[in-house]
Amino acid sequence: MSDSQANDVPHGRLVAKMLLIVVGMFGFGFAMVPIYDVICEVTGLNGKTGRAAEAALTYQEDPNRTLRVEFVSTLNASMPLEFHPVVKTMEIHPGKVYETAYSATNNAGRELVGQAVPSVVPGAAASYFQKTECFCFTRQEFKEGETREMPLRFVVDPALPKHIKTLTLSYTFFDITDKEG
Amino acid sequence: MSTATATHDEHHDHGPAPGLMRWITTTNHKDIGTLYLLFALLMFLIGGAMAMIIRAELFMPGLQVVDPMFFNQMTTVHALVMIFGGVMPAFTGLANWLIPIMIGGPDMALPRMNNWSFWILPFAFTMLLSTLFMSGGGPAAGWTIYPPLSLQMGDGFPFMIFSIHMMGVSSVMGAINVIVTIMNMRAPGMTLMKMPLFVWTWLITAYLLIATIPVLAGAVTMLLTDKFFGTSFFNAAGGGDPVMYQHIFWFFGHPEVYILILPAFGVVSQIIPTFARKPLFGYSSMVYATASIAFLSFIVWAHHMFTVGMPVAGELFFMYATMLIAVPTGVKVFNWVSTMWKGSMTFETPMLFAIAFVVLFTIGGFSGLMLAISPVDFQYHDTYFVVAHFHYVLVTGAIYSIMAATYYWLPKWTGNMYDERLGKIHFWVSTISVNVLFFPQHFLGLAGMPRRIPDYAPQFTEFNMISSIGGFVFGLSQLLFAYIVIKTIRGGEKATDKVWEGAEGLEWTLSSPPPYHSFTTAPEVK
Repeated sequence: MSDSQANDVPHGRLVAKMLLIVVGMFGFGFAMVPIYDVICEVTGLNGKTGRAAEAALTYQEDPNRTLRVEFVSTLNASMPLEFHPVVKTMEIHPGKVYETAYSATNNAGRELVGQAVPSVVPGAAASYFQKTECFCFTRQEFKEGETREMPLRFVVDPALPKHIKTLTLSYTFFDITDKEG
Repeated sequence: MSTATATHDEHHDHGPAPGLMRWITTTNHKDIGTLYLLFALLMFLIGGAMAMIIRAELFMPGLQVVDPMFFNQMTTVHALVMIFGGVMPAFTGLANWLIPIMIGGPDMALPRMNNWSFWILPFAFTMLLSTLFMSGGGPAAGWTIYPPLSLQMGDGFPFMIFSIHMMGVSSVMGAINVIVTIMNMRAPGMTLMKMPLFVWTWLITAYLLIATIPVLAGAVTMLLTDKFFGTSFFNAAGGGDPVMYQHIFWFFGHPEVYILILPAFGVVSQIIPTFARKPLFGYSSMVYATASIAFLSFIVWAHHMFTVGMPVAGELFFMYATMLIAVPTGVKVFNWVSTMWKGSMTFETPMLFAIAFVVLFTIGGFSGLMLAISPVDFQYHDTYFVVAHFHYVLVTGAIYSIMAATYYWLPKWTGNMYDERLGKIHFWVSTISVNVLFFPQHFLGLAGMPRRIPDYAPQFTEFNMISSIGGFVFGLSQLLFAYIVIKTIRGGEKATDKVWEGAEGLEWTLSSPPPYHSFTTAPEVK
């Protein structure tokens, strides 16, 4: 099928360029993972809050401002744990360190390994909510029938935007027993 | 087999090889175009049968025809089959048949790859459809395969993922072929701005394909490793985020809807001037509008995700960016209407479908604008309003353009005229029934009926019954379409070379049907 076409670019070079776009876009799909994480971390868009202890923070306590913090617990679909906050709400002042706990009971009839994932609503408050101690920093092992209170220590940065008056801290417990090698 | 190999050597000089091997080994753009189109017709009928099951179940409230798990598989596989097996291969088939003879080239630039890109498809879809018979059934989480739900699929999961990979490979190879053909194989004098609009829209579509299909491939690969290799891309327990999947998916998914509609714009821009007997109004604005739509399609993806909890700034950005698309689309609709203005119009079947496209696609476009308004989208999200919207743009948009194209070029491809009386019956039955089918779904959605659910509250019964009756009539009328196509292939009144009185373009200078190898010496384009 040879022909008399005026080919400016040989097919091979154009195909190579196109393949480069294809490979690049395949890579871009994966690059979206870190990009997404960075954007969410900078903007707090998805309410992700720290999963590692903050360095010792010293804020100036603001006794004139009172915030309401609500505690929520959720279980991921297959997690056979009883899990709830010890107190459902707290009235707090920004800048002061508070301590509370979540309670969990393992009624699964087997040993469980779980991982709690925290999230803060509104998302804009996520980066102001600092946890100095949290059971979500490590995986939690539960013996059969064990009941345990898991402590949580936090402080809210006084720089929190003024319009935010209520924060909701939510934990979702995932069953990761099978993923443990 | 040996005869086929022996004749294969002479294949390039003479007509096609005889027998079945002609179709398996063919590198001829016309043969491959035919294969693509017939494959798309088959998939259209299979996907349509699934839609009939959906409408039968939704005829009455309660569960009566199928169990909910199977219903979910039907909605999901119907979408995958129609999008990846029906509309996309149909447009690739049209591209194969038409682009070389429209730009005066002898064939596609990469004929062997062309053979591959078609023959991957039957295997991909056999694999996808086979999941319906595996333990755990076929995909049932919706065509968007959102995790974590989609990860709960049974044994068929890796088969579905690999079938999507294969469809992607096929589309990307097809797209590269189109780009290289258009860039390198044009006849002397066929400058870019002289190309028929169908070629232009396909060139832009091909770029969308190579830019977005790899992103889908990446997303489904991540699903695969999340399920089998312990990664946590979308698993919150491991630090991932299921919402991220939606971002990656729709970064592909929104350009994908323009992949499904831009070639349709091209088809309609070829047909309307022919039957209005006037050149296309605003050719260059059509080209620029197509390019703008393609560009904008990359920055609007999150309008599919207004309800995931975005900040207000994000909602506003995606809302306004989405509405911006109405501007170039409006330019196109204006140009089609202006082309018809004061034209000497006749209403043969292709023109009827093209006019119906302009009217009904615009209805779908308007409901799209309503969905773009982020505050009200919270009410419309995941309701039948969305279903009505995208069926107006895909069925009466993309599929109507494919039918218009079939009636318009079938006499050129086969050398036989189709039965005009049957064609008109097909058009009117389809057009009335498709509106009976989809229009009431707007009301259902506004009243709050959610999509992808096999049961519904009793107050939705009447509109669902009307919709189902429309659906059955529309489904049956497509058998008439298949009959008309087969009848035309087998014989009929001989078509002239030009076929249509007002037809313009290089493809009409060839005989009907065109020789197996056309434009072996390039035509002169003035």
